[in-house]
Order: sequence, then structure tokens, then C-alpha cells
Amino acid sequence: MPLSNFEYYQLMPFIIIGLGIILSIIIEITVKKSEGILAWGSILLFFATALYSITNIYEQGILFGGMIEVGGKPAIFNFIFNIGAMLVVMSSIGYLKKYGTLYGEYYILIQSSVLGMMIMAGSKDILMVFLGLELMSICFYVLAGINRKKLSANEASMKYFLLGAFATGFVVYGIALIYGVTATTSITNIVENFSVYSSNIIFITGSLLLLIGFSFKIAAVPFHMWVPDVYQGSATTVTGLMSTTGKTAAFSVLIILLTAIFANNAPNIFKPYFSAIAVLSMLLGSIIALSQNNLKRMLAYSSITHAGYMAIGLAASNSYSISGIIFYLAAYTFMNIGAFSIISIIEGENDSRVDIDSYAGLNSKSPVLSAFMSLFMFALAGIPPMAGFFGKYYVFVGAIDSNLTWLAIIGVISSMISVYFYLRVVVYIYFKEATEDFKIELTPYSLSSVIISGALVLLFGIFPDLLLKLITSVVTL
Amino acid sequence: MEQNLLLTYLLLTPIIGSLLVLFFRQEQIKLVRWFALFVSLIAFVISLIIYFGYDRTNPQFQFVHNVLWIESLNISYNVGIDGISLLLVLLTTFLTPLTFLSTWKAIEKNVKMFTFSMLFLEAGMLGVFITLDIFLFYIFWEAMLIPMYFIIGIWGGERRIYASIKFFIYTMVGSLLMLVAIIWLAVYASDITGKFTTNLLELYKVGPTIPHQIQGWMFGAFFLSFAIKVPLFPLHTWLPDAHVEAPTAGSVILAGVLLKMGTYGILRFCLPLFPQSSVEFAPVISVLAIIGIIYGALVSMVQTDMKKLVAYSSVSHLGFVVLGTFAMTVESVQGAVIQMVNHGLSTGALFLLVGIIYERTHRRDIAYYGGIAKLVPLYSVALMIASLSSVGLPGLNGFIGEFLILLGSFKSIVLNSWWFTAFAASGVIFAAVYLLWMYQRVVFGEVKNQELASHLTDMNVREFIVLIPIFVFVVWIGIYPNTFLKLTEVSTQTILQQVSSYTINLLK
Repeated sequence: MPLSNFEYYQLMPFIIIGLGIILSIIIEITVKKSEGILAWGSILLFFATALYSITNIYEQGILFGGMIEVGGKPAIFNFIFNIGAMLVVMSSIGYLKKYGTLYGEYYILIQSSVLGMMIMAGSKDILMVFLGLELMSICFYVLAGINRKKLSANEASMKYFLLGAFATGFVVYGIALIYGVTATTSITNIVENFSVYSSNIIFITGSLLLLIGFSFKIAAVPFHMWVPDVYQGSATTVTGLMSTTGKTAAFSVLIILLTAIFANNAPNIFKPYFSAIAVLSMLLGSIIALSQNNLKRMLAYSSITHAGYMAIGLAASNSYSISGIIFYLAAYTFMNIGAFSIISIIEGENDSRVDIDSYAGLNSKSPVLSAFMSLFMFALAGIPPMAGFFGKYYVFVGAIDSNLTWLAIIGVISSMISVYFYLRVVVYIYFKEATEDFKIELTPYSLSSVIISGALVLLFGIFPDLLLKLITSVVTL
Repeated sequence: MEQNLLLTYLLLTPIIGSLLVLFFRQEQIKLVRWFALFVSLIAFVISLIIYFGYDRTNPQFQFVHNVLWIESLNISYNVGIDGISLLLVLLTTFLTPLTFLSTWKAIEKNVKMFTFSMLFLEAGMLGVFITLDIFLFYIFWEAMLIPMYFIIGIWGGERRIYASIKFFIYTMVGSLLMLVAIIWLAVYASDITGKFTTNLLELYKVGPTIPHQIQGWMFGAFFLSFAIKVPLFPLHTWLPDAHVEAPTAGSVILAGVLLKMGTYGILRFCLPLFPQSSVEFAPVISVLAIIGIIYGALVSMVQTDMKKLVAYSSVSHLGFVVLGTFAMTVESVQGAVIQMVNHGLSTGALFLLVGIIYERTHRRDIAYYGGIAKLVPLYSVALMIASLSSVGLPGLNGFIGEFLILLGSFKSIVLNSWWFTAFAASGVIFAAVYLLWMYQRVVFGEVKNQELASHLTDMNVREFIVLIPIFVFVVWIGIYPNTFLKLTEVSTQTILQQVSSYTINLLK
């Protein structure tokens, strides 16, 4: 069935990115010194896609015979992916130069991974989920090792690949079992008869395997083992991308599956599972983060903790908590990318200056970076009026509305613990005297990445309704 | 409803001021200082306009400005004041310019950022006192932590890092549990009224209907947060550290206003929202308050550091406020409110005076001084007035508050025992002991250290300008407290009526 003109418009985000990738490859092959063009091209590409998605949020539809959903929730996710990727590209330009890894394919890989995420967020079919997941993950495996002369980057890439492939195995096996029971891969068809299947042990096993596979991707305990090493070893900007948009993509799939199920008033049989990983992730992540001196590793554990908060929302699964998670993901993306951008600016060659000691007395070296780093740390700690607080707030509202007050209480306990290690960074920046002497190379690109992230964190913190209204209008349960 | 923008202007003044400060250059220290003084005086003038426009016979919240802010969760920007909050708003805007003036010599490092933090802090404190939306309240309550954290951490003393983190984490622990309680309350309201709401006035109707046992937990979550801020014994341990390490300006604001946020919170939220639990827990809390009064006084007595002595005296004085609040008679609550102001004035003055002498000698230990009456007579007089006001000498402000609290708690039906009053009264005597003893050791006798004689200079004009307005109010409240008591009378009755209308069965 040929697509109508209108459907082409609806597919525009995918078309923009897809054409962009092809064009980038051609440029990379034909033009010498293509890195500059590709960087700018990617920034424009991501910005255009983000803008198109968010302005056409109400142009909802399902295309390709129930394969891909456009508009609505996927549009909001596309916005998060693309803005996130744009900010990462901006901060990459200076960083790659520093490491001498200014390759054109870096940008192409980022573009492809974003296409993968967009397919994941829009999928209406488990096979599409798998397709998007693989496209994203394979790009990430390569990106993780982009500093290819570094041993730690190679190790990170390898580790990520092996464990990621393992997780993908779970997903495929889960899909196979689900297909075996239901004889369909369409999410819509599966959920229609969910209550019938939910007593089938093979179907439940399949679903659990699927969930476990994605628990790997969202970095939830007990499937978090790869996170600290991979986050620490990968190029800092890539870590920024993986920890935010990658996590958002994985959550988008979980949200799609769960909302589809609950739209049919099926019982929340996954509540114990999500409650368990939420509690484990929040507590383990925040407690281990206390003792980290490497900032990238610290943020890796903080990323686990945040996955835990968001998993509370999955356990609650009502309209508050689902909107809450989406808002939280947006807020988390901006504040975390901001933090990683700053780390990538401060970082020296050969993994130096990623320890907290290098931040001592940063205020005397660069007041602007110090102010923004504190802003991101306070936002990650969930202190109002930064966006991070509202994300948490909505998720907790959802939890309490679903009579999961105990989860919210564990959530705030974990917040209390995590305040300490976020504040520790601020303590080093402002209260300690500098011990190392180094010069900060601040490029206008990376600085604007930091400033845009900071502005978004404050904007969505003070006026959360800007984003939240859009989210609540498309989340229907 | 008609909107009144005055409170919003009041809130915006320090916020806009703090943002403008960022545009000054680092070297323009003098300009920044004058600018800060100017901004804080504008805020004071606006609060005076509000004071003169306030109708003291009207029990409703006045100067209300209500705009929907987050539609999806029905949260509004909702501000308004009654007599109690007006008094504390005035205290805040009154102390802030004086604090700025007091730092002109003490703060040399990074003046721009200090001014930014202080103005931001003022906005946060004002926000806490004027908000009528419990969610908005939480935001101000938390946001205000950040500037105070920086003030202690950057411009503080030797152990400033320890003190600032302790301050931050202590407060966070309390307030996060309050956050869960706030959300629970809002969700409960949506079950009862069909609307998710954080509007305080609507929650006043919903709160007392919460089932008994859950209400106890809710009360606990709110009260813990406020008790840490007050600070109530045994949650007071952050206070001496924060006070001692903070710069003088930080201590003045901390003692003068920040601690009042705890007692204000109890009065505005705990009592009216959870009246049954408040009455139920009143005796236990009063016992803690009295332990605080006596313990704070005893610990003050043995301090060798002047600043620490004043810090511990805060624990003692705020014990009175908590006792007065939970005695729940009109006299005692009014006494508690006036005592909040008194403590802000007299302890603020004491911290300023300790700061003044510390700027000159960089020593705070009592033993180092002695006989300074001969060297700095004016200073000694000022210290005398501040100490006596803190002791509660009749004719000065401290007496009024303590007397009303003791009187009210004596005939309190809720406490229903004169023992509370008897023990609390001993705190008044102890206060005289530790403050006058300190005064005697510092001011009278022979000059102990000859080096003092060479570089201890008396107060200058700027320092007088800082202290004299405070002393005017110290005497004013002491001689004619009606100006202030009339302001809070109707509001106090409103709160107590809310409590008694739900607890009439409990009290029989």
C-alpha cells in the first residue's frame, strides 16, 4: 500500500534523519576534512528533527500496517533524543580534537544511533523494537571505543558489546517465546488478549525475559554490572549520550509496552518486578556512589539510582507516573549531558583530571563552569526549582496515588544519601583550594552545550508546564 | 478574587536585585555593597506599605495573589499573609539591610557572590512566610538551603565545610519526608474532594479528616522537618556548628530568620492541618521543648566561646517558642510569635556584637577578654542591652514573650499541668546566669590582655547604625508590645479555633 502525502509528512522525522545519514556518508567519503561540515550538519539535523517532532506532536498516526507510531509519545521521545544528541555533538567537537579522534564517522554513528532510538520509541511491533534496539546498541558499541588508542576505551567497548549482546539475547528469546504463544508480533494484538495470555507460563517467561533485557539497557540493579566500567572507560561525550538518550530509548519501550497493556485494564502483574529493581537500584546506586572519586564513575552510579526512581514510576503505572517518567527522562537528559559536557571540558589527555580532586578550586579558574556544574549537581540531587526535582515529584505523586507510598519513602531516603555525593562536587569546586594547575580549554561549542543544558534545566524547573502539558495530553491510560 | 500584587513585588525585589548583582564587575565592591543595601531597603519599604495596608481585624489571608502555575497538577503560585506571617516578613526585611551593612568590613572575599546569595536567601525566606500553597512552600523551603549552604561554606570559619554539609543534610533529611507527606496529603485530598490540590486553604478542610493513625504519621513527617529547623532537642546538633562556622551575617540571618521558619511551619501547617495529632503529641513535644530550654541553658553556661554560647542560647530560647505553640492558648501562641521576633532581634544583636569584636581581635574565647569596659565603653553598653534583652529583663522585649508563654502554658488545657511552666521558668533564671556571667567575664574586671588595649577600638558609626534600629525595637516591644500583639491576635485566634473545632472531644 503506497503512502499518502500526509503520511510522508508524518514520517518526516525518520526521513530527515535517514537522508541525513546517507548524505553524511557521502560527504565523509568525498570531502576531505569533512569533520567540521559533519558536526554542523548533525547539529542542524538533530535540531530540525527535534523541532519538527515537537511541533507536530498532535499529528498522531500508525503507519506501515501497524509497525510504527508517529506523533504523540514518540514525538516527545524524539524531541528528547534529538536535543540530547545535538548537545552531545556540540560538546564533542572540542573533546575529540583533544583526543585526536576527530573522525567523521563519529557523527554518522551518533545519527544512526538516534535513528535506532526513534524506531524504538515509535515501534508498535516487537520486531521493530528489536530492530531499533540493535541499530542503537551497535552504534553505541563502536562509539564507546572511539578513542581507539586507549586501552580503557577498548575494554569498555568490548565489555559493553559482550554484555549488551547477552542482554539482546534475552530480548530475542523473550520475543520468540511471546510469539510462540500469541502467534503475532504486533503489540496491539498481543495486549488485546493480554488477560488470556497472562495465565500462560510461557508467555510470562517470555515477557520477563524481555523486561530483563531492557533492565540491562536502563542500567537497573541487578543488571547494572557493565555500567560503571563502560561509563568510565568510554569517551566522556559518548557516556553522556549513552547514559541519557540510550536510557530514554530503553524506557520508551517499557513505557510503550506497559501503557499498551494498561490501556486494556489488564492487571499490573509486573508491579513486584519493577518495585524490586527500583528499590535495589536506588539504594545500591546511591550507596556505592558515595565512595567514588572518579566523577564519571560517580555519575554512572548516579545513573543507576535515577533508573531506580524512574522504575518506581513503572511500578506505579498510572497516568501521573508515566507522565512523570517522561518528564524525568527529559530533565535527566539535560542535566546529565550538561554535567558530562563539563567533565569533557575539564578532562585532560589520557583520562587525567576526571577525579574529583581536579575540581578543587575550580571556581577560581572558571566561575561560569563552576556555576553550571553546581546547577547540574543540585538538579541531579533533586533540589527545587531545578527540573530534576519535578521529575522526582511527579513520579512520587504517581507512586503515592497507586498506594506505593513505601516506594516513595525509599526513594526519598535514597535522595538523602545521594545529596552527599552531589554536594561533594560543589564542596570541591567552591570550598577547597586548587591543588592542580591546569588551563581549561573552553571552545564556544562546548560552552554553548553547557549553557543550553543549564537553561533547559532551569526553564523546565521553573515552568514545568511547558513540557508537562504536552506530555499529559498524549499520555492516556 | 481580586489580585494584589504587592507581595509579588516584595518577593521579586530581592530576586531581581540578586540577578542584577551578577552584572557588576568583580572589583566594584563598594557599588555592590551600596546596591545590596538599596535593594534590601526597597524590600523593607514594600513590606512597610503592606504593614500599613494590613487590616488587623480581618481573620482571612490578605494581599492574596493567586495564579495557576502548573496546570497539570493544579499547583498555583498563591501568596498571601496573615498577622503572623506579616510580622515575620517585617522581621526578615528589617534584618536583611542591617546584615548587609554589618558585613562591609567582614566580607572582603567575593563580595559579588555573597551579595547574590544573601539576596537570594532573602527571597527564599520571604517566600516561605508568604506562600499559601504547600508545594510552593516546599520549593522555597528547599531552594533557600542553597544560598545558606554557600554562605557558610565559602565565607565561614575553619570547619566550614563540615558545618555546611551537616546543615544541608540535616535539613534535607527532614524536608524530604515532608515531601512524601505533602504528596500524600494532596493525593488524599483528590480522593476526598475529587481534585488534586496543594492549596493550603482547601487542605485545612481536608487535613483534620485524615484517619487517626495516618494523621499521626503525617504530623510526624511535617513536624520532623520543622523540629530540625527550630531546632528542637535532640535534633539541634547542627545548629552550634553552623552558627559558629558561619560568618556573622550568616549567623544573624540563621538565628534571626531561618530558625523561625521551623516554628512558623509548626504554627501554619502542623497545628491547623493535623489538629488531633497536634493535641495528642503536645505533652511529649512540650517535654522535649523544656529539655531543650534547660539543656540549652546549661550547655551555654559552660561554653568558652562567645559565639557558641549565643548559639546554644538559641536552643534554649526556641524551646520557649515551641512550648508556647503547643500550649495552644491565645496568650501562649501570641507569646510564641512575639518571642520569635524577640529572639531574632536580641540574638541577632548578640551575634552582631560578637562579630564586631571578632573583626578587631579575631578571638572569640571569653577567657581572652576581660575588663574591656574601660577600653570600649560604648560597646559594653550595647552588649549590656543585647544581653539583658535576651535574658528577659522586664521593660525589654524578651520579658514580654517569655511571660506570655509561661502565663499561657500555665492555664493551658492541652498541657493540663503546671509542671511544664515550673520547669520552663527555670530556663529564664539560667539565661540570666549564663549571659550575665559571660558579660561579667568579658566586660568587667582588670584588662587581662595588654595587647587588647592597643588595638581594640570602640564601635564606629556604621556599627551604631546597624545596632540602633534593633535596640529601638527591643525597647518598643518591651514597653508597648500592643503594636505587635494586636497584629497577630486575630490570626492566632483563627488558628486556635481551627484546632479546637476538631479537638473538642479530645479535650474533655
